[in-house]
Amino acid sequence: VSGELYAYLLLVLVGFLPNEIWRMLGLVAVRGVDEESELFLWARAVATAVLAGVIAKILLLPPGALAQVPPIIRLAAVGCGLVAFLLVRRSVLAGVVAGELALTLGALVHRA
Amino acid sequence: MSLAADKPSGLDAFLAGFRAAWRSVLSYVLIGTYVGIAALAHDFGFSLWWTLLSTVLVWAGPAQVILVSALGSGATAVETALAVSVSSARLLPMVLSLLPLVRGARTRPRELLLPAHLTAVSMWIEALRLLPGIPRHARLPFANGLGLSFMVAAQVGGVLGYYLATSLPPLLKAGLLFLTPMSFLISTTRNCRLLMDWLAFGFGIFLGPLLAAWQLGLDTIWTGIVGGSLAYGIHRLREALR
Repeated sequence: VSGELYAYLLLVLVGFLPNEIWRMLGLVAVRGVDEESELFLWARAVATAVLAGVIAKILLLPPGALAQVPPIIRLAAVGCGLVAFLLVRRSVLAGVVAGELALTLGALVHRA
Repeated sequence: MSLAADKPSGLDAFLAGFRAAWRSVLSYVLIGTYVGIAALAHDFGFSLWWTLLSTVLVWAGPAQVILVSALGSGATAVETALAVSVSSARLLPMVLSLLPLVRGARTRPRELLLPAHLTAVSMWIEALRLLPGIPRHARLPFANGLGLSFMVAAQVGGVLGYYLATSLPPLLKAGLLFLTPMSFLISTTRNCRLLMDWLAFGFGIFLGPLLAAWQLGLDTIWTGIVGGSLAYGIHRLREALR
């Protein structure tokens, strides 16, 4: 039971707090920042760049089972997803489904 | 019910936000993503309740993956806390660029605690897209409904993944891990309006893997600061030359 309790303690100290501190810093910094302010615009640019960087990193240096799929198939699948998104009325669903199908088919063909 | 009506109650706006989440592909993406995260937590020996609570408290997929795999593979508490914190730095600019849209003239600071905690990539993307069309006084409950709804989706995925953990074939696991980059890529491009957004996106795509390959450390933070500031600077320069 103490081991179980320790796991929850770790969750709070090592998971929750080091993560939440960024949200709380944002909450403090956001006072006085409105939609017209330059800081607001800059923060959006930074957040967009981080997100794009994280996406590219996952695709090129993927975690776990995704690493078993060759990079060329991963990138081709992303391309299929984007093209489907643009062709089918800018539907996110169509893009995600097309990308997933392309990845699965590519991985199956590669394995065969 | 329409939110454009004179005075929708807070509950109506909350429920509208809750429903809006289920019209977004990102809810279903979250289910799939958390199937993967919960399966990972199961494999590393964490309990179901611990896994579900980690989603409530941390509410950031990449940080949860790091937390589970680091603790599960015997990293020290300090190492794990640092790795989690570095991966979550993006939450600061996200909160900064979301809460001014959520806040009304009479919103008290403590009312922003919940939307700040609910801020994560899915919520940020959809709130930035939907909030401009919501009347100012309805935005706070709408954003809370949206964020909590996404969290419900993640928990549904978490329970499924925990029990399916032992029976997921590797190809399916690969497909689940692919959901995050594929859906975020499309949703982010859909949200790009200003040239600045496109530039920030392009710089991020380019700098992210480059800085990661260089192994500078803190590469996602540098990607954001350098890529975002470049995009913002070019935007300002263009405005000034106009």
